[in-house]
Amino acid sequence: MTDLLTLTGLTKAYPGVVANDDVSLSIKPGEVHALLGENGAGKSTLVKMIYGLVKPDAGQMQFRGQPFTPAEPRAARAAGVAMVFQHFSLFEALDVAENIALGMENPPKMRDLAAKITDVSNAYGLPLDPSRLVGDLSAGERQRVEIIRCLLQNPKLLIMDEPTSVLTPQEVEILFKTLEKLRSEGTSILYISHKLEEIRRLCDAATILRLGKNVATCNPRQETARAMAEMMVGEVLHVPERTPHRATEVALELRGLSINAPSAFGTSLKDVTVTLHRGEVLGIGGVAGNGQDELTAVLSGELPAAAGHVFFKDRDVGPLGPNARRQIGLLAAPEERLGHAAAPDMSLTENAALTGTIRKSLVNNGFLNWGLAQKFATDVIKDFDVRTPGAHTAARALSGGNLQKFVIGREILQRPEVLVVNQPTWGVDAAAAAAIRQALLDLAAEGAGIIVISQDLDELMEISDRFAALNEGRLTAPVPAVGLTVDQIGLMMGGAHDLEPANA
Amino acid sequence: MDLTSINPILLVASLMVAATPIILAAIGELVVEKSGVLNLGVEGMMITGAICGFAIAVESGSPMLGFVAAAAGGAVLSLLFGVLTQYFLSNQVATGLGLTLFGLGLSSLMGQGYIGIRPPATGKLEIPLLSDIPVLGPILFNHDIVVYFALALVVATWAVLKFTRAGLVLRAVGENHDAAHALGYKVVKVRLMAITFGGACAGLGGAYLSLVRVPQWTEGMTAGAGWIALAIVVFGAWRPFRVLLGAYLFGGVTVLQLNLQAAGVAIPVEYLSMSPYLITIAVLVIMSSGKAKAALNAPACLGKLFHASS
Repeated sequence: MTDLLTLTGLTKAYPGVVANDDVSLSIKPGEVHALLGENGAGKSTLVKMIYGLVKPDAGQMQFRGQPFTPAEPRAARAAGVAMVFQHFSLFEALDVAENIALGMENPPKMRDLAAKITDVSNAYGLPLDPSRLVGDLSAGERQRVEIIRCLLQNPKLLIMDEPTSVLTPQEVEILFKTLEKLRSEGTSILYISHKLEEIRRLCDAATILRLGKNVATCNPRQETARAMAEMMVGEVLHVPERTPHRATEVALELRGLSINAPSAFGTSLKDVTVTLHRGEVLGIGGVAGNGQDELTAVLSGELPAAAGHVFFKDRDVGPLGPNARRQIGLLAAPEERLGHAAAPDMSLTENAALTGTIRKSLVNNGFLNWGLAQKFATDVIKDFDVRTPGAHTAARALSGGNLQKFVIGREILQRPEVLVVNQPTWGVDAAAAAAIRQALLDLAAEGAGIIVISQDLDELMEISDRFAALNEGRLTAPVPAVGLTVDQIGLMMGGAHDLEPANA
Repeated sequence: MDLTSINPILLVASLMVAATPIILAAIGELVVEKSGVLNLGVEGMMITGAICGFAIAVESGSPMLGFVAAAAGGAVLSLLFGVLTQYFLSNQVATGLGLTLFGLGLSSLMGQGYIGIRPPATGKLEIPLLSDIPVLGPILFNHDIVVYFALALVVATWAVLKFTRAGLVLRAVGENHDAAHALGYKVVKVRLMAITFGGACAGLGGAYLSLVRVPQWTEGMTAGAGWIALAIVVFGAWRPFRVLLGAYLFGGVTVLQLNLQAAGVAIPVEYLSMSPYLITIAVLVIMSSGKAKAALNAPACLGKLFHASS
């Protein structure tokens, strides 16, 4: 059988970095092919070339036996390539049908399209109401919009970029059933992920990229997850060590906290009650958009709460702002390192000073002591192995992993009594992620209470003492993390929102 | 004071005339903003259109040719803004403000030889039979063609934005330019076309002032009409018919306060002159407040720079 897609010697260089260096791979009809690699390994660039968004510098592509050089996504779509993006390419203020029409070459009339959407979505077990605004949909439902947009064009090759990172385990299950149905109908799937267990379950072949080069092609069913991880990273992985905590002294307490979301598409917190002990790591899971950002904001003080709901060592801190909370030892590192946790165009010294002024006493009579600030930044860089030319570098110039190490390290070196982190290792390479997790565990071992809000369940299972889940703004009661099964976690996260398996 | 000197029929009829420049400029800016671009140069494009239209109409003797030239003049000036913001990625707010200052200066330079001249009259389109209906006739069916054109343009804009694929793509580009780019739409091209349309509309609005409403050329004659058009677009929540309503409100209060001035009401003239601006903005703010849906209608990428870097 001839291959559906063959890439030979594809090369793409950007100023200063070779994103893809002589990459070759081939995909058979009806095959689910995994593309594995760390952030920055060149996965995105490779699929963008297949989808016509980026032109290769060298190398050939062949699609269904013909030379394939899509000048733009339109040409790729016409040839039978469809793509589900990692950061959804959706328009929040438009409804589902309009969003789908935008991804099609010759969309039918809106009324016919709505009927077709209903048909296809039921056939593949992905129910969707064509007239709903995308801004009101959950992450899982948004992904359905993307998938149905692709399916309506009968693609020969479906590219999926990290599709499960926003789904609950039950939703993943149903997505897999949909993908298996597609495979049985002869559609090939190029599946990008770094979740190795998923790949071992779903994929027929895997290509592993490291630093833009194709380092291995393997059959994922015959490899262990650990072996593939090491091929991906190119070194032996370090697993964080933890010591179980025993302390019972309460560090932070939320009592019946309810608060309205500050933005139109946000989630309001409803009656959140939880206790954090000293020396404990409390993991909070949940699908994105279920109140994680709001909870972080309430804990950090960005979103002040009414009196009587947030207690830090028995002191009511609800109405205090971020600086007042830092003063007493309640620190936070929000998600989104470029723009929220760090100011992209400011130097590391300036960024260090932005949160460190109070606890590090960097201010004297209203004047910043830049010498001390620079020393603080240098300490963070040294202690947390941040790879950068120096403290004068702009935050924007650091890679994701290095900046994240800096952001977390900056808070840890301020000796917090309670530290709240949101998505501490999102988009960070495996080695840096392991270092960050170890640093959090070390901080807990010294007696600080830590709340880790994350969508990475493996990470939460690895470092948490207790686990709770956010679902539509409500927090489940925390349970011990040891021995928790995937099914239990899925139910805590709210199960599969009105999903049904694909009609086989 | 003699309020009986105010003829209500004439008042409403002249309201439609007074609102027309605002309608034209605002509907153009609505399309521009729906594509995600904030062009604060409406005032500059209006006054450039006013002098371009005036000069060509005087030289050629044809008001229609004048209107065409006004649209072209406004479009050329807006393309300057378009090239600067879309290709050179200059800040839209600063560039738009600069465009207004530039347009005001350019127009007074171009208008040097045209002060005190009367332009050729723009003919009225008296629709037979219909214009003879009492009350409604003079109000609705006794205007020049541009008044009807402006109304048709509002309806057409609404229909194109709501029902056609071109309108959908335009809204998509304004809503999320990265996603639109990823789907293969030409963000810069769509925006340039929208900017040009907005410039042409503003130019037409300006020419309507200098050729019909006033009709003569004086420096700075737009007197903030462009800014009111901008405000109407925002407070009208980017909806064509609300924009129409806002423009009529402004036109109505303008005409009314002129009549009140003439009737000698005992309110200082300054208060009367500022009333159209104050009342329009106050009413539109109240109408659009407290509704989450109004915020949702705002193009999410409004004023953000787009660069296809990835």
